[in-house]
Amino acid sequence: MLFDILPVLFSAVLSALTWNYFFIPPRFTFHIDKAQDVLMFLLYFVIALVNAVLSFKIRKAESKARDKEEKEKTIKLYNTLLNTLSHELRTPIATIIGAIDTLQISTNKLSPLQQSELLNEMDKASVRLNRQVENLLNMSRLESGFLKIKRDWCDGNELIYAVIQKQEQVFQTRFRFEPNEKLPLFKLDSGLIEQVLQNLFHNAIQYTPHDAPIEIVIKAENLNCIITVRDHGSGFPTSELESVFEKFYRLPHSKAGGSGLGLSIVKGFVEAHEGEVLLENNPDGGAIFTLIIPAETSFISNLKNE
Amino acid sequence: MNKAEILIIDDEPQIRKLLEIALESNDYKVLQASSGKEGLVQAATHPPELIILDLGLPDKSGHEILKALRTWYNKSILILSVQNNETDIVAALDAGATDYLTKPFRTAELLARIRAAIRRNQLPDDSPQIQSGSLQIDLIARTVKKNQMLVKLTSTEFNLLALFAKNEGRVLTHQFILKEIWGHAYYSETQYLRVFVGTLRKKIEDNPNQPAHIITESGVGYRFS
Repeated sequence: MLFDILPVLFSAVLSALTWNYFFIPPRFTFHIDKAQDVLMFLLYFVIALVNAVLSFKIRKAESKARDKEEKEKTIKLYNTLLNTLSHELRTPIATIIGAIDTLQISTNKLSPLQQSELLNEMDKASVRLNRQVENLLNMSRLESGFLKIKRDWCDGNELIYAVIQKQEQVFQTRFRFEPNEKLPLFKLDSGLIEQVLQNLFHNAIQYTPHDAPIEIVIKAENLNCIITVRDHGSGFPTSELESVFEKFYRLPHSKAGGSGLGLSIVKGFVEAHEGEVLLENNPDGGAIFTLIIPAETSFISNLKNE
Repeated sequence: MNKAEILIIDDEPQIRKLLEIALESNDYKVLQASSGKEGLVQAATHPPELIILDLGLPDKSGHEILKALRTWYNKSILILSVQNNETDIVAALDAGATDYLTKPFRTAELLARIRAAIRRNQLPDDSPQIQSGSLQIDLIARTVKKNQMLVKLTSTEFNLLALFAKNEGRVLTHQFILKEIWGHAYYSETQYLRVFVGTLRKKIEDNPNQPAHIITESGVGYRFS
C-alpha cells in the first residue's frame, strides 16, 4: 500500500512545487513571500493530492473490473470446453456402447446387413474419437508451452500425398494436387505439419459439398514453404474470418461434429515454426487457407548423384 | 504345418486379449506375459517365432527388455508404442527392434506386419538374388530388373536399394541408413536420403507419389516391402 501511494504523493508534491515556481511571486523561485500565498500553496497541494488519490482509486477499480471480466471469459471458455468436449467425446462413445449392446442383446434378430452396419458405425465412431483425442493432446502440447519443434529435411510433395492418403478412401478423389517438380527440400517438423494439413483437409471435407474439389498447391518463395488449400464451399462470413482460429470457436449455425480445436491447432503449429496462416474468401466462392512457413531450403541440384 | 508362435509382452489385459483373438483366429499360437520379467523368462524357456513387445511396461522399461532380448534372441521383435513418440521408437529400432506399431492400430495392419516379420526370419541369410513384387535385385551382378526390364541405377542408388531389400519387413531409421550408405560423417545429412529416395522411387515405383516398395515412416525412417 505504501508503495502504491508513494508515486501519488510524489506527483502531488511535484505539481504543487511547479505551481509555486511559475505562479507564486516571486516567480521562478521556490520562495513564498506572503502568508496568503502559503495558504494558496497548501490548498493547491491538497487539490493535487485529492486528484491523484482519486485517479489512483479509479485505476485500481478499473483493473479489478478487467480481472473480473478476464475471469468471466475464462469461465465461459471453460464451459464451452466442457460442453464441446462432453458432446464430442460422448457422441462416439454412446455410438460404440449402443452398437455393442445391440449386437450382444439382439444378435439373433439382426440381419447380416444390420450387423455389418452396426460394426461400420462403431468403426467410424472410434476413428472420430481417436481424432478428437489426438487434437486434445495436440492442444495440451501447445498450451503447456513445452512444444519443441524438431526440424528435419522433408519432401513437401510426399508429405501432402501422405496426408491425402490418410483421408477416407471415398474422399481422396476430391483432392487436386500436382506435385511441384521444382520444389526444394524444406527443413520442417514434418510431424507437426502433417497434423496441420490433416486438420485443414478434414475441415475442407467436412464443410464443403460432397463433390466439390479441394485444390492444394505447394511452392518455395523467399525462404518460405508456402502451402495453399482451396476449397469450393461457401467460404466464411467476412466478420468471422478473424475468429475462426480461436480455441473452441465454431461458426454460428455450424453443423454437428467438430470440437473447434482443429484450426487453432493449425495456427499454433504453424506459429511454432514462426510462420503464419492466412485465410481469405475466394471471389469465385470457397475459402483459401495459405500457410507461410519460414524454412531452410535445399535444392536437389546441389547433390552429386553417383 | 506348425503354427508360428508369437509371444505378447504387454501389461494391459485388454490389449493381450485383443491380440490373442486376432492372432489365434489367423492361425498363430499365442503366448502371453504381463510383465517384462515374465516375458524374458518365457522367451528364454520357449523361444517364439516373433515377440510383440509393449514399450510402456510397469516393471522394466520396454527398452531394457529389448536390450536383454537382443543379447541372444535374433528373430523379429515388433514394438507397440503410443503415438507422437518418434524419439522412443527410433531408440527402440536402433536397439534392434524389427518394426513398430502405434496404438491404436488396425488389425489388418498388424497382421501384415507380423507376416512380413515372420517371413523375414525365414529368409536365407545371404541370398544373392532378391525378389520383391515386380522387382528383381541381383546383389552380385549389381543389377535391378523391374517387370523383367533392366533399370539403370547409379551406384549410390543401387546400394540404397540393396540395403532396403536385404532388410525387407524391417523399419530402417534415417541415421542407420545414412551410416550404412554414406558413412558415420553423414549421420545427420538427411537431405541426402530424401533426395536419393526420391530419385530411386522415380525409377522403381509404378507410381512414385504412392510408393509401394519404399514406404516412408514419418519422423522415423523407411520400410521396404
